[in-house]
Amino acid sequence: MAGAVSADTRISDWVVQRVVRRVMGPAVPLAATVAALLVGAAMVWGFGGDPVEGYRAMFTGAFGGIKEFADTTVKATPLLLVGVGICIAFRASVINIGGEGQIIAGALLSTVVVLAVPDLPRGVLLPLALIAGAVGGACMGFIPGVLKAYANVNEILSTIMLNIVAGYMMQYLLLGPMIDKAAVEAGNHIAQTKRLSPNSDLPILLGDTQMNLGIVIGAAVAVAVFFLLWRTSLGYEIRAVGGSRDASRYAGMRVERRIVQALTLSGMMSGLGGAVLVFSSVAHRLSVESGPAGFTQLAGFNGIVAALFGGLHPLWTVPAAILFGGLLVGANALQRAVQVATPLVVALSGLVVVFVVSSDRAVRWARSVVERFDAAAGSDDDRTDRAAEATGAAGGAEEGGP
Amino acid sequence: MISALASLDVGAVEVFAQARSGWSGFFTLATLVATVAAAIRLATPYLVAAVGESVGQRSGVLNLGVDGVMLLGAFGAYYTTVQTGQPWYGLLVGLGIGMVMGLLYAFITVTLHAEQGISGIGIYLFGLGFSDLLFRQLVGAPRPILGFDGLFDFTVPEGRLEIAYPDLYNHSLVIYLAFLLVPAVTLLVNRTTFGLNIRAVGETPQAADSLGVSVARTRYGTIIIGNTLAGAAGAVLALEKGIFIQNMTNGMGFIAVALVYFGAWRPLGVLAGSLLFSLVTAAVLQWKTLGILSGAAAQLTEMAPAAVTIIALVVVTHRIGAPAALTRPFRRGAEH
Repeated sequence: MAGAVSADTRISDWVVQRVVRRVMGPAVPLAATVAALLVGAAMVWGFGGDPVEGYRAMFTGAFGGIKEFADTTVKATPLLLVGVGICIAFRASVINIGGEGQIIAGALLSTVVVLAVPDLPRGVLLPLALIAGAVGGACMGFIPGVLKAYANVNEILSTIMLNIVAGYMMQYLLLGPMIDKAAVEAGNHIAQTKRLSPNSDLPILLGDTQMNLGIVIGAAVAVAVFFLLWRTSLGYEIRAVGGSRDASRYAGMRVERRIVQALTLSGMMSGLGGAVLVFSSVAHRLSVESGPAGFTQLAGFNGIVAALFGGLHPLWTVPAAILFGGLLVGANALQRAVQVATPLVVALSGLVVVFVVSSDRAVRWARSVVERFDAAAGSDDDRTDRAAEATGAAGGAEEGGP
Repeated sequence: MISALASLDVGAVEVFAQARSGWSGFFTLATLVATVAAAIRLATPYLVAAVGESVGQRSGVLNLGVDGVMLLGAFGAYYTTVQTGQPWYGLLVGLGIGMVMGLLYAFITVTLHAEQGISGIGIYLFGLGFSDLLFRQLVGAPRPILGFDGLFDFTVPEGRLEIAYPDLYNHSLVIYLAFLLVPAVTLLVNRTTFGLNIRAVGETPQAADSLGVSVARTRYGTIIIGNTLAGAAGAVLALEKGIFIQNMTNGMGFIAVALVYFGAWRPLGVLAGSLLFSLVTAAVLQWKTLGILSGAAAQLTEMAPAAVTIIALVVVTHRIGAPAALTRPFRRGAEH
C-alpha cells in the first residue's frame, strides 16, 4: 500500500486535511477539558461529594436560566477580552503573562478619566472611559514589548514583575489620591473610589439581570481581532513573526516592531477588560479592598486558559470564555450542592492549561507507543506517520482563513 | 488577605521596634542589625526556591510553576504539622510534594515537550486553587501552629565566644541549612559529572546527546531537584510563619524565577539577589514600624523590589546570556 498513489490515498489525504484537521482543532481542547473535569470529579468524590450531583448543580448554576446565563456572560467578559489579547500575543510567539497588570492599568486610567470629567454626557463619557482603559492596558503592554524587542528581556518575567508593580500601584492610588474622601471623613478607610459617575455605567442589556454591554463589546473585539490577524498585513506579519523570527526578518519584516505591536495590542484588550470590570461592577466603583487579585478575579491568568481553550483563535475564544465564565459562576452552586469549595475551579483551569499544552505531544507520544507495538507486528508505518503529522498540525490551533 | 500577611511580616521585626521613631530611630545600630536579621529570615524561602529553579534552568528548563508548588508545599507542611505536631514531618511532606510535582512537570515538559512558559502557568493555577481547596475542605478557619518557632534554634553559646550582634546569627537551623544549599548546589553544578551533564544539556543538548548523555534523564533530575526545593521553600514559609493562608506566597515563586535571572544562573548570584531583595523588603517593613512610611506611601515603596528586578533584568540579560537551550524542548534529530 505504501507506494501506490491511488484515488483511495488521495481521498484519505483529503479527509485528513479537511475533516480531521477541522475536527481535531476543537477536539483537543475539549478532550483536555473533559479530562480536567474527570480529575475534578475525582476530587469531589474524594471530599465525600457526589460528582454527578455537583456537576449538575454547576451546570444549572451557570446555564440553567436567564439570570444564571446573564451572570455567566458577566464573568466571561473579562476572560474574553484578555483571551482575545492573548491570541494576538501568543500568535506572535510572545508569552504575555501580564494580563493582571494590564487589566489594572486599564481600570486605573479609565477611572481617572471618569473622576476627572464626570459630567460629560453618557454618549461621550463611556466611550472615552473605555478608550482610556484600552490606552492604559496598551501602555502596560508596550513596556515589556520594548524591553523584549530592543533589550532582549524575557517577556514572561517582565510582565510578571509588572503585575506586581501594578498591584501595588493600585493599592497606593486607591488608599491615597483616589480614595473616597467622603467615606474617609465618615470614618470608613476602605481602599476604593467613590461611586463613579452614573454616566459611565455600562448599560444593562436584560431587565432584571447583570448582563451588560460588556459582553457585546467583547464579542465585537473578538471579531475585530479576527480580521486584524487574518485579513490585514499587520496581522499576517504578526503571525509570521510568531512562526519564525529569522525567516520573517529575512523576508524584510520589521520583527522588533511587530513584537512591540503584538504586546501593545494584547495589553490594549486586557486594559479594555479592566475598564469593563470597573464600569460593570455592581458597586460602580474601583475597589481593591480584597487585594488586586480580588479585583481582577485572576482574569489575567484565566484569560490565558480561555484563549488556549479556543485554540488561540479570537472567534473560538468567545464560546471558550463563556464556558469558563460558566465554570466560575457554577462553582458557587457546586459548593452549595456538594460542599466542595469554589477554588476547585481554579485548580481545574490550571489542569486544563496543562492538558491543552501537552495534548499535542501526548497524542504523538501515545501514537509512538502504539507504533512500537505496530513495528513489532510489521504493519505499514507510512500511513501512521502521515496521520501523526496531521494530528500534530491540528493539535496547534487550526487556521482561521478558508 | 494581603493585610493579614503584612501583619505577619511585621511580626518578624516588631520585637525590635524602637521607642524612638522616624529616621533617627532607623539609623541606630540595634535597628539596623534587626533589619539585617529580618532580611536573612525573609530571604530564606526565596533563596531555597530560586536555587532550585537555577538548577532546572541550567539544564534548559524554565519552571514558572514555582509559586504553585510552593503553595502546595506550604499547605502540606502546615497540615502535617497541625496533625502530628512535628514541624520536621511537615518539612519532609513539603519536600515530598515538591518531588511529586517535579515528576509531573518533567513528564509534561520533557516527555510531552509542552511549552514551558504556559504549562508553568497551568501548574501555578493548579497549585493556587488546589492548596486553597484543600485548606478549606480540611482545615477551614486559619489556625496557627507552632512551626519552627523556638524549635532547633541555633543560639550563639554565651561566654565561650565574644560575638558582636548575636541577633545576626541566632536563627533556626533550617535557615542555616537553606544557606548551605548555595555551596552545595555550586559544587553539584561545577564539580560533579551530573553537573557537567546539566550544563551540557542546558547549552547544547544535541552535542550532549551525541556524546551519550541522556538529555531526558538529566532534565528529569534537575526538574525534580528544583521542584523539591520549591516545595521545601513553601514548607519553610508556612512553618516560619506558623500558619497557612490562601495564596500566602503572594507571587514569591515568580520573584524566585526572576532572581535566577538576576543572579545570572549562579547560586552565589541568586544568594546576592535574594538578600538584596529581602533587605529592601525588611527595610520597608521597618520603616512602616517606625512610622517613617505610612498607609498609601508604603504600598508605593513595596513595589520597589519588583521594579528594581525589571531594571536588573535589562542589565543582566545584556551582559550574561541565558543557558542557550533554555525553554527549548529537546527532540533527537530536530534543530531545536
